[in-house]
Amino acid sequence: MTDWLMALAQTLLFVAMAPLLGGWIKRVKCHMQNRAAPSLWQPYRDLAKLFRKHTVLAANASWIFRATPYIVFGATVLAAAVVPLVAVNLPTAAIADVIVLVGFFALARFFTALAGMDIGTAFGGMGSSREMMIGALAEPVMLMAVFTLAMSASTTNLSEAVTYTLNSGLVLRPSFIFAALGLMMVAVAESGRIPVDNPATHLELTMVHEAMILEYSGRHLALIEWAGQLKLMIYLVLVANVFFPWGIATEMSPDNLAKGLVAIAGKLALLGVLLVTWETVMAKMRLFRVPQFLGFAFLLSLLGMLTRVVLESGL
Amino acid sequence: MSPLIFAYLALAGALASGVVSLGADRYPHLLRYGSSLFLGACGLLAIVAGGWAMIDETPATDVLALGLPWLKWHLRFDPLSGFFFSIVGLLVFVTSLFAPGYLREYTHPGNKQALFALGLFSGLFVLGMLLVLLADDAFVFMISWELMSVSSYFLVAYQHQHAANRRAAFLYLLMAHIGGVAILLGFGVLAGFGGGFTFEAMRDADLSATWASIAFALAFIGFGMKAGMVPLHAWLPEAHPVAPSHISALMSGVMLKVAIYGLIRFTYDLVGDIQWQWGVVLLIIGSASMLLGVLYALIQNNLKRLLAYSSIENVGIILSGLGLSMIFIGTGHVVLGVLGLLAALYHILSHALFKGLLFLGAGAIAHACHEYDLNNMGGLIRRMPQTAVFFLIGCLAISGLPPLNGFVSEWLTFQAALQAPALESGVLRSLIPVAAAVLALSAVLAATCFVKVYGVAFLGQSRSRRVGHAHEAAIGMRLGMGLLAVLCVLFGIFPSAVIGVIDAIPNQLLGQGPPSAAAHGWLWLTPISPRVASYSAPLVLVGILLFALVAYAWLRVRAVNIRRGDPWDCGFGSLNSRMQYTGTAFSMPIQRVFAPVWDLKVDIEETVNPAQPLRTEGIRHQLQVHDKSWSRLYEPIGRLVLAAARRIGLIQTGSIHTYLAYSFFTLILLLWVVT
Amino acid sequence: MELGQLSLYDQAILLFAAIVLFTSFVMLAQARIVPLIHTFAWQGTLLAVTTALVAYATNHPHLYISAGMTFLLKALLIPWMLHRLAVRLRIHRDVEAVAYPSLTLLAGGGLVIFSYHVALPIVQLSALITRNTIAVSIAVVLLGMLLMITRKKAISQVIGFMSIENGLFFAAVVSTYGMPMVVELGIAFDVLVAAILFGVFFFQMRASIDSLDVDRLNRLREVDR
Repeated sequence: MTDWLMALAQTLLFVAMAPLLGGWIKRVKCHMQNRAAPSLWQPYRDLAKLFRKHTVLAANASWIFRATPYIVFGATVLAAAVVPLVAVNLPTAAIADVIVLVGFFALARFFTALAGMDIGTAFGGMGSSREMMIGALAEPVMLMAVFTLAMSASTTNLSEAVTYTLNSGLVLRPSFIFAALGLMMVAVAESGRIPVDNPATHLELTMVHEAMILEYSGRHLALIEWAGQLKLMIYLVLVANVFFPWGIATEMSPDNLAKGLVAIAGKLALLGVLLVTWETVMAKMRLFRVPQFLGFAFLLSLLGMLTRVVLESGL
Repeated sequence: MSPLIFAYLALAGALASGVVSLGADRYPHLLRYGSSLFLGACGLLAIVAGGWAMIDETPATDVLALGLPWLKWHLRFDPLSGFFFSIVGLLVFVTSLFAPGYLREYTHPGNKQALFALGLFSGLFVLGMLLVLLADDAFVFMISWELMSVSSYFLVAYQHQHAANRRAAFLYLLMAHIGGVAILLGFGVLAGFGGGFTFEAMRDADLSATWASIAFALAFIGFGMKAGMVPLHAWLPEAHPVAPSHISALMSGVMLKVAIYGLIRFTYDLVGDIQWQWGVVLLIIGSASMLLGVLYALIQNNLKRLLAYSSIENVGIILSGLGLSMIFIGTGHVVLGVLGLLAALYHILSHALFKGLLFLGAGAIAHACHEYDLNNMGGLIRRMPQTAVFFLIGCLAISGLPPLNGFVSEWLTFQAALQAPALESGVLRSLIPVAAAVLALSAVLAATCFVKVYGVAFLGQSRSRRVGHAHEAAIGMRLGMGLLAVLCVLFGIFPSAVIGVIDAIPNQLLGQGPPSAAAHGWLWLTPISPRVASYSAPLVLVGILLFALVAYAWLRVRAVNIRRGDPWDCGFGSLNSRMQYTGTAFSMPIQRVFAPVWDLKVDIEETVNPAQPLRTEGIRHQLQVHDKSWSRLYEPIGRLVLAAARRIGLIQTGSIHTYLAYSFFTLILLLWVVT
Repeated sequence: MELGQLSLYDQAILLFAAIVLFTSFVMLAQARIVPLIHTFAWQGTLLAVTTALVAYATNHPHLYISAGMTFLLKALLIPWMLHRLAVRLRIHRDVEAVAYPSLTLLAGGGLVIFSYHVALPIVQLSALITRNTIAVSIAVVLLGMLLMITRKKAISQVIGFMSIENGLFFAAVVSTYGMPMVVELGIAFDVLVAAILFGVFFFQMRASIDSLDVDRLNRLREVDR
């Protein structure tokens, strides 16, 4: 029972921290680009503002449009619940393995795309169509990267995989390096960041994710934004904890948990800086360059898998 | 008492439904109600019989005094047959609910078509499918197989006033028979070594590895052709869409499965010694089928054609599961082989459910607004609210999204693929994950495809007046779709319970159940062990609902009212339905990324006002998609056959003396051979 | 045996082998000339580092000389010459159109599997821990050939050719701890001479057919179709 409570607490922490990570990334980005930075807490204020505001629905919006924010939020929070953040061996990890995790994102994407088409504006359809293409190319990369990991750890359960990396100590695994790089590129593509999509733009021709949710306002928009921040955080936590799990709590003692918390905060802060650097030096790609970008990510994951087979087995 | 009695009753029901509709031209109600009543009874009985056979440990056998004097009809009802029997029964039952409402326009006095043919051949078609599953010798198998093929030919050709339908039907008949010949030859090889046409004798046949491979290849071509594997699939997207929708549901949902049943029966049961190379062939063909199937589906705008192509994709997934299973069994990892087989069986079940649901949904749409073209639909969610819910569930299920049934089977296939490190051969170890990546790609492309279908057909604004005035489907039709939708959800949430029943099949075929798929209670699905992977569909559903409801309740408590307003129109005045993304526009990015896959013909005509040459007045965009297998495979073969026929045609002189001389020389030759 | 049980040096050698393979793929994907040359230089650097690592791990001091020579020649001199050539021929801003980039990369993946399959019998003979890298070196050779096949510009083909040589050298270093010094020296100078000859050849080629596009050489065919 305490385990389930711990899991719930971790999930809540996950959900509560996600806007903070977004704030951190925004802040570092501003510093790096010599701009005045907003406060670290700005995303919370934005969310609070949206929650307070009136919700305006298009006259012909169907129930799908209204249900989507809740479904997207629910699926993303559940995804957050199965990812080990501070501690491993929590019971929620058994509910869904990493393939199901990908399934949760697919479910959220499916409904967001439907909502984009619900009103019948050209923007919505455009966003849905592009988002589905990017998703279609990103998901095999993600699964390939995950397979590399799963073949080494012989499990798809995230908690078990983290434990495996933790137990095998510092091993230079070429396959893990490739898989981690591939996964990071997917994370960039899937959470709609430069160079695939620009979260800050409302420029018609380059929008992807923003075009889909253009019709949302008020609390619906807040939920979708929150889910988006959560999704980015899940990807970063995946990279941080699966490939560099050191520091994560394996036992439920307070000092272990505190250590785990500090460790993940440090890792996420570092990954955030990395992401910002990447976004600052890269330019936004045009849409039909994205397949090449993801093709390269697929190559990385494929190489990870091949080096796993060729170099790391049968020694 | 044995399940066979129920099976016989089901067969009788199917036959009766065919016979009853002989009078349909005079009394149209006989077709709508009489025939459907018997079909419904047949379906229910088949479900009971199949379920019983799966639970029953010992297979029931029977010999009927029909057929050839020296070869009576051998029938056998074991868990494998039972599984498929219930699937067929289920879909037959659902279509019988659907049919009365759907057939109303066929029985309209203005309709000139022969009604009796529709009812008669539907009954015979179901009879053929059920009988194939019971057959225990090659003779019954082939007879019922042909009964199934020929009666479905008449159903495909039912609306024969269109030349395209006649062509599709002919193509179907042709391919069915080429496949039939291959199957017959496959049985021939087994019978030659086993010394008899009963399956009992074939099981005991002692084949060398080469002959086993030849038999497998023949059966694979024959059954694969019927199942619609790439590149022998070209008939499927032509034939399935032109039949009436409830028949399309049966053909795509179940007839393809009967072909898969044939393949499983032939390789696992009759041949027995599975070689891993066969698995590799199946895996490669399966991967190609799913990728090409979904890519072709994605670019279609005719709803039923799209669904037919998507069936090819799903057959690919099933074949991949079987391929994995064969690779594992052939290399001695029987336990993992069981996992692959289970994944394939589960997908067979899932696909029957959601493809049946989607075809019925397409039928309901067609019934409501006489429209198959996605680009003329739109906004149906407001006109047909209940159908929209059922169709959405079907779309979610076929896209492989948790927590529905399509996801379970894909997850099991992934789990089977992830066991590749157990294999000795490094090439296989690296090939299987690539196949899994292809599966992932096709799963997402399928999701894209069905976002397109649902978004264009049901969401947005209606693109034509007929669609704008569509009406909700009749109660029976909704009942049929609703039943399938509920089953899609149930089989998605309680996979462990289902697998607990399906276990009987690997037990029967391989003498081994899955390691621990359902060992940890109904809540958990753990195919290998809890450490390796676990999935709890009930908790997933509860979790998503819980978090969504918490968010909803929390926001509701302090909610400000929702205001309705006009959508954002960039300040150009109100939006109209022509501004929405069409199906073609939706699939355009994918079309550009995977361009070499299709034979595309794009025509863009610009009309320009001569007075103002820089100003375009209108643009016409036309996209034609052709299946590449036509130009690459079928047409060359067709030309080859024609050329050969012309050569052989030389012996046809038209002179009666020459013909007499042919007979004379044949007689002489035969006499010489005989002595 | 698990990877974790190897010594850190052996792990590092495997890691570098993987990265060398990766650079081969990057070259295959890189359509611009100057980054292509740079990637080639990186491959040379990695090769040198790996050689030095093997020298340290196995205590073969003569490998240090190989490492230094590799670095000088393949990471500095040849890339510099190629770069200068590219600038002087004014092709350093060119982008090559590769027909099916993704398909080429997938074919590359297939080649890796194939080389693994081919290398299996050799691997079983060797007792060295790093023997698995033989498959990688064969793959680097084959990928170099693939690069030569898919490209049109003569300069990319030269890079493909050099990368084939890299693959062979890598095989020699990691599987047998280097060839005899004389042979290595000979090959190194062969490569250098080849690079210079190619440079001369480029100018000749441009002077005579006014392009570096090797497809134009089709015109030299005697019989017209």
